Amino acid sequence: MTLHTVNKSPFDRNSLESCLRLARPGHSVLLFEDGIYGALKGTRFEQLVTEAVKSNSIYVLLPDLEARGMRADKVIDGIKTVDYAGFVNLAAENTRVQAWL
Amino acid sequence: MTENVTKKFLYVNRKAPYGTIYALESLEVVLIGAAFEQDVSVAFIDDGVYQLKKDQSTDGIGMKNFSPTYNALGDYEVTQIYVDKESLDERGLTADDLMNLVYEDEDDDYAEKSSISIVNRDELAKLMEQQDVVLSF
Repeated sequence: MTLHTVNKSPFDRNSLESCLRLARPGHSVLLFEDGIYGALKGTRFEQLVTEAVKSNSIYVLLPDLEARGMRADKVIDGIKTVDYAGFVNLAAENTRVQAWL
Repeated sequence: MTENVTKKFLYVNRKAPYGTIYALESLEVVLIGAAFEQDVSVAFIDDGVYQLKKDQSTDGIGMKNFSPTYNALGDYEVTQIYVDKESLDERGLTADDLMNLVYEDEDDDYAEKSSISIVNRDELAKLMEQQDVVLSF
């Protein structure tokens, strides 16, 4: 299985859209750094990500959310928050890590 | 021969904080520029609006939280801060999500007033057209 990582804002780059287009069902996606903006409710990308949650496990890095003034309760339902240890576990559990820069 | 010429400067911020260095660099340039007593405005557009999000807490990422520094802008007489409404809207944000940036109006018995104006695209375009210098970050 693959862990996809996205660290760019979906408003600034199309990394998240390309990732979700090409990730296989069952793959995991971790949103971190400026990628966390894709995990939030109320944005132009909410519907896209809400759809993806149905076929992929999506995670968001909590320290990056908090740094940017966002809270876990603003995260789209079904997305799981992880800390750095959780990030490491995801990387270890998957056979490969694919970074969408 | 020296001449005091006041020009209109607009700083345009279009990047989110922390992921890149643009937001912090812009803030530093604005504060440095404020010492030259020019007519300064600051605009936040696109992901730049995220710079003003309140409740930023960087303890977990090992970076300096520079968001409190925006509160100093008023003391440097940088009191014209414009935030693009469309950029807020597509991010699900409202004025309530932003830091409360204020200044003391010396022409009005030092009454505390908000520095932030939420503006539409026409107002922003007009603001840009009025400038002598536009600096982009």
